[in-house]
Order: sequence, then structure tokens, then C-alpha cells
Amino acid sequence: MPEHTEQPPEGSEAGDASETADPAADGGTRNSLVRRIYETLKVPALAVFSALVVGGLLIMFTDDDVLWAWARFFNDPMRALSRSAGTVWDAYSALFQGAVGSPAAISESLLRATPLILAGLAVAFAFKAALFNIGANGQMIVGALAAGWAGFSLDLPGPLAIACALLAGAAAGAVWAGIAGALKATTGAHEVITTIMLNFIAGLLLAYALTTEAFLPAGQGNPVSKPILEGSRLPRFIDGERVDLGIVIAVAAVVVVWWILERSTLGFQVKAVGLNPHAARYAGMKVAGITVLTMAISGSLTGLGGATLPLGPTGVLTAGIVGTLGFDAIAVALLGRSNPWGVLGAGLLFGGLNAGAVRMQAETQIPVDIVIVIQALIILFVAAPALVRAIYRVRTGDADAPVFTSSWGSS
Amino acid sequence: MTGSATGTQVGSETTTAALEATARRTAMRRGVIWVLTGIAVMWLFAAGVEGSATSTWNLSVSTDLTLSLPSAATAWVLGGIICALGIIQVVRPLPFAGAFSVLVVLLAVAAFLTWATRDQSFSMVGMLQSTVTRATPLALGALAGVLCERSGVVNIAIEGMMLFSAFMAAFAASASGNLWVGMLVGVLGGALLAWGHAGLSVTYRVDQIISGTAINFFATGMTAYLAASVLTSNPELNRSGTFGNWKLPLLGDIPFVGEFLFDNNIYVYAMYVLLPFVTWMLFRSRWGLRVRSVGEHPRAADTVGINVLGTRYRSVVLGGMAAGMAGSFLPLGSVGSFQEDMTAGRGFIALAVMIFGRWNPMGALGAALLFGFAESLNSKLAILGTPIPSEFLLMAPYVVTLFVVAGFGGRSRPPAADGQPYETN
Repeated sequence: MPEHTEQPPEGSEAGDASETADPAADGGTRNSLVRRIYETLKVPALAVFSALVVGGLLIMFTDDDVLWAWARFFNDPMRALSRSAGTVWDAYSALFQGAVGSPAAISESLLRATPLILAGLAVAFAFKAALFNIGANGQMIVGALAAGWAGFSLDLPGPLAIACALLAGAAAGAVWAGIAGALKATTGAHEVITTIMLNFIAGLLLAYALTTEAFLPAGQGNPVSKPILEGSRLPRFIDGERVDLGIVIAVAAVVVVWWILERSTLGFQVKAVGLNPHAARYAGMKVAGITVLTMAISGSLTGLGGATLPLGPTGVLTAGIVGTLGFDAIAVALLGRSNPWGVLGAGLLFGGLNAGAVRMQAETQIPVDIVIVIQALIILFVAAPALVRAIYRVRTGDADAPVFTSSWGSS
Repeated sequence: MTGSATGTQVGSETTTAALEATARRTAMRRGVIWVLTGIAVMWLFAAGVEGSATSTWNLSVSTDLTLSLPSAATAWVLGGIICALGIIQVVRPLPFAGAFSVLVVLLAVAAFLTWATRDQSFSMVGMLQSTVTRATPLALGALAGVLCERSGVVNIAIEGMMLFSAFMAAFAASASGNLWVGMLVGVLGGALLAWGHAGLSVTYRVDQIISGTAINFFATGMTAYLAASVLTSNPELNRSGTFGNWKLPLLGDIPFVGEFLFDNNIYVYAMYVLLPFVTWMLFRSRWGLRVRSVGEHPRAADTVGINVLGTRYRSVVLGGMAAGMAGSFLPLGSVGSFQEDMTAGRGFIALAVMIFGRWNPMGALGAALLFGFAESLNSKLAILGTPIPSEFLLMAPYVVTLFVVAGFGGRSRPPAADGQPYETN
């Protein structure tokens, strides 16, 4: 890239861009705040935009009518163009309508965002300690399993029932991730492998649980659990909408995680271990203990996210209740750049995309899976600021490149 | 991982003595575990079985070659052998202890089989053949991992590459009506995604795990989207069919062994050839030395004139082609069409197989056979109706991997520069 060489060293530029690049920013703190927000959101916004553009191209060129129109491009070029634009416009406006077009759509988006935010926070929190918790799926499964079991078997009064079920989910997730943390701390087993294995084990555990009498209603063979007791279901706070207490818990978790990371000793230690475990050890921190604790906290957040699934509108445990939410959460954490508020935004965006995709498929017959492609492209563009820089000729320092983990043999 | 710490300090006498003491303790512990395993085998699989029960194993499909064993007596003998090995190991450590560990596991599994098949007849040859078939995508997928990681590029996108090439292979084979074209396009599909991975992680220096995650997402979404938008409306584009079995002359006629090893489809033979070949290339050829040096110490490799980035690109793309073979096996070697998410986590298991096999293709082959065996054992036991829930049997390989990854923590060492981008000056 030619422009690469003309620029001053990238690292220094990102930090003091507000002073040097824009004289107007000297005026006051308000301006520099706007500037900072702009700098922070520039890459994610361009990433989302680019991903939507590529997704739009994909939608165009898998549509039979559009292809037909392009095949006759020289007879009627305007028709090809208008068909293409029309198809993409229809798809994206349905997507938009389904995400935020009505109170019901917003409710659905928030509902889908809830587990993504919680699990995304978990993955982001582990990233801070340079741990790659790819096992969010397994932790969500055990969280859902434990919360579901508590939900249909513990008949407790009032809010105690909900609290117990949520706690059970968080505890199960913490234990599940804690295993990976303990193995890492004691034997050096890499958490990517152990958590992947624990994902499979959790899935099979859930499948097994749904064959036992403890989980199934009497005389039923289908792998669908007993219904969650009414008292253990997460209460809804808007009449007629399905969104429930889960989203409030998720937002509260964002605040808590932000506080831990930015204001507490533990958060400082977590980040120190993530940046340089040797230095952290030299400074007297117990690296092994912090590793286990980080994974346990991460797992408890994921478990909580898993718990919101059976306790929410679903109301039962099924084998596929978690789906691939745990993997989507990785994307959320990456897009949110491991920052709790960023995760909140990314979770809401992905929740909206997922909710909107359902409506898009219903109205335009474009498969919901296009959203996964769009999500993949978003991660790509966010992870490779150099790519965004090359495409849009904007300045984004390499300091913007999020560094999350190193490799198998990092320490 | 912790391995390098012990390796660097060899030299002074005290540490040598300490190392010997550690080795001795490890050997003792291994022996004790074997003895306990032997006792468990006798208690679980021999003690409660009636003396008259026999286990009948069919060793051939075409002929009626069978093996009839007295269930209890066989299990007693096998358990006894394991105990004896353990005692010898405690008293005087055996050479090749690793190989003996494998033997102990095999004996224990054999004892388990005599117990599970008591008073029944069981197609041993069928189970072993399905072991080999199920191991194939895992071994080829692990080969993809080995090729990438030996050059210093972490590849957690094996799953995505396999899925994408499975789609491409099924589509191309159906469209062209030729399975070989399907295989070729599948391999190229894997190479294409791998090229993307190399571009992102080598050129743009994106965190390799993130790049891999993005590729996995992309492959999942893209194949699901194309399957739903193109294949459902044109089902004739998703009818690839499969390669038939090709019985090798002479070798295929050997009773029992020949039937499950040498009467398979082309992918299984590809596994037999490719894994030893790549092992030889990696550890005995100039090319292999270069790949490994780039993965261990890129700066040193660069200094002696090896093109670090180019070597990484080539290795990653080669790895993608191996993943393409693994992926195209699924429609063309086994199922006959593409199905959404048909890899079902096999790419991740291949990753574990690679680590299990210690970044060595032959090791990966062994690990893949172990996983394949567990899967096929499970499917056969479901027919026999053992009291163990099938979910727990399916869990077994994952649990074993957990233990192995934890236990080998000190000994299984990834390439030193694995995962680290290299900046040329």
C-alpha cells in the first residue's frame, strides 16, 4: 500500500490525533469527547457498513430475478440495476423493520440480545486476561441445564425462585469454565482445547439429561423437559411484549463488569496478567489463582446468559436451546473490542440483526443465514483495521488493532 | 506451556539428578495406574460374568471366520496381563512406556468388548472398518492443522475450511457429474479459505485466532445461506453420490486385516499415503526443515535467507488443501450430498487430534484412529444394548482428550513461534 509509507508511525498517531489532526478540537473538552467517540466508532461503523455492502451483493447475486435481469443487461440495463437495488432494499428494509420497526420488534431484538450481551461480556472479560474462552457455548448449556432444573423442581416463594434458578445457572457456568481455568493454571493445558472439549461434553450432558426421568414429564419420550414453574419465569415488564427481566440483568452485568475491570484491584490484576504474566508474577500477583478466577467469572456470566433461555419465553429445556449463541458471543466480544459498553452495543446490534433476519426471511424468502455471513464480515473488518484503512483511505492507527490472545504456547 | 522450562535447564548436575527423580516418579505413577486399571478391568468385566458365557466376534464379512471367547476367562486373562505389566513397570521401568500405555488401553478395551458382547455375536470387522472410515476426516483435518502450525500459523478454522469445501465438493460433483471434479473443487475451496487466512494473519497480522473465528463464521453462514437459497430450489445440484469402495488387489484379500484396512474408498487410502508422506517431508526434507524453522524461530530463518512470509503462505494453503480433502470426504466419501453444518464439530476434534498427536502427522493418525474407534464403538454398542447411556460413550473421547491435554502439558509442545505474526523489516 503506497499510503502506508507516507504516514508517520501509526502508534503515536491514534493517541494524539485530537490535538494534531484537527485544530478545532483544541477548543474544549466537548469537542475532544466527540472526537474520541468518533475515533472509537469509526472502524466498527465502517466495518458494519462494509459487511452490509458485501452482504447486499451476496443477496443480489443469489436472487434468480436479479440474475435473470443481469443476463439481459444489454437489452435493458436500467432494469438490471433497479431489480438489484430493489431486492437489496426490500431485504434490508425488512431487516430494519424486524429489528427496530415497532415496539414488538424492539422487544424481540432486546430478547435476542440478552444472552449475547451476557456471554459476550464473558468472552470479553476472559480476553482481558489473554484467555480465549471459546467454550461459551458449553457454559451456556450447563447454565441453561442447571437453571432449567432449578426452575421446574424448586418451588420457592416469590423472587427467591427466580434468584435461585439464575444463581444455579451462573454457578454451573462458573464451574464449567473453572475446570478449564484450573487445568490451564495447573498443567498448562490450553484453554481453547479444553473449552472446546467441554463444549462437546456439555452438549452430550444436556442430551443425556433430556432422557432421564428427573427432567422429562412422566410418560413422555420427546427430549423436551418439564415446563419451568410460573414462579421461576423471568417477569415481563411491558404488557404484551415478550422482553423480560433478562435484558435488565444483562445491562446491570455490563456495569458490574465495567466496574470490576476499571475500578477494582481484581480488574487491574486480570489486565496485568493478560498483558504480561511474567511481570504480574514478578509484581507478586498469583497468576494461577487469577487465571482460575477469571475463567470462573467469565463462566458465571455465560451461565447466567444460558439461564435466561429456559427461564425466558421458551419456558422449557430442549436439546438445541443454546444453538450457536456461545459462538456468536465471541463475535460480539470482538466487535465490542472487549469493552463492556462496546459489548452492550455489539450485543444489541447482533440481537437486532437476528431478530430482523426472521422478518426478512418471512417477507423476502432470503435465508436468515445471510446474517451469519454479515457477522463474519463484521468481525473480519473489525479485526483488520489495515483492511478498512486500505479500502476507505481513513487513518486508523495500528494501535486500534485489538490484541486479544496470543497462541497455544504463550507462557 | 510448561515444557520449555524443564528443557532449558539441563546441564548442571543437580538438575539432571532432579530430572531423573522426576522421571522415576512418573514411571512409578504410570505403573500404579496400570495396576489399578487391571484391577478395575477384572472387577468390572470379569467378576460378575457367568463362566459359561461366550463372546462371538465375526472377523470377516465374506467368510464365516469367527472368534469365540469365553467372556469371563478372557477378561480375567486380559486384566491379569495389565496388572503384570503394571507391576513390572513399578519394579523396573519398561522402555517405550508410551507404547505400553497404548497396549494397556487396547487390552482394557478388548476386555470391555468381551464383557459387552457376552452371549452375543458382534461384527468386529465392521466396527474396525467404520473406525478407519470415521478416522479419515479427522486425520486429514489434523494434517491441515499440522501443516499450518508447523509454520507458525495457528489454525482454528479447520472446521470452517472443511465445511466450505464439503459444500463446494458436493456442488461441483453434482453439477459436473464427476466425483473427481468434486474432490478437486473441494480441495481448491479449502485452499481458497486458507489463502484468506494466510492473507489476514500473515500479511495483515490479524490475531490468528480471530481470523480463524471469522473464517469459521463465514463458512457456516455462507454454506447455510447458499444451501438454503440455491440448493433447496435446485435439489439436482446436491446429489453428488459417493466414491465406492475399491478393494486393493492382494492386500484386500487378506482375511480380517485386509477386509477392514484395504477395502475402503479413495479417501482412506489418501489418509494412508498422505500422513506418512508429510511426516517424512516435514522431518526429513529440506522443505520440512524450512517450514519447521519458520515455525520455531522465524527471525533466525529469515537471517539465513528463508522467505518467512512466503513459506507461511505456502504451508497454510497446503494445510487448506488437506482440510479440503477432509471436508470433501463428508459428501463424497460418506453421505452423498451436502447437509447444513455437516462437519458437526469435526474440525474442532481434528484440532484436538493434532494436539493429541503432538503436532506430528503420524501421531495425529494414531489419535484420529482412537477417536474413530470411540465413535464406531458407540454406534455398534447402541445395537448391542449395553446399560451405559450412549451419550456417555460419545463423551469418552472428549474426556480422554481433556486428560491427555492436561497430562501432556509438559511434554506436548507447540512450535515456538506458533501464533506470532512476523514483521519483516
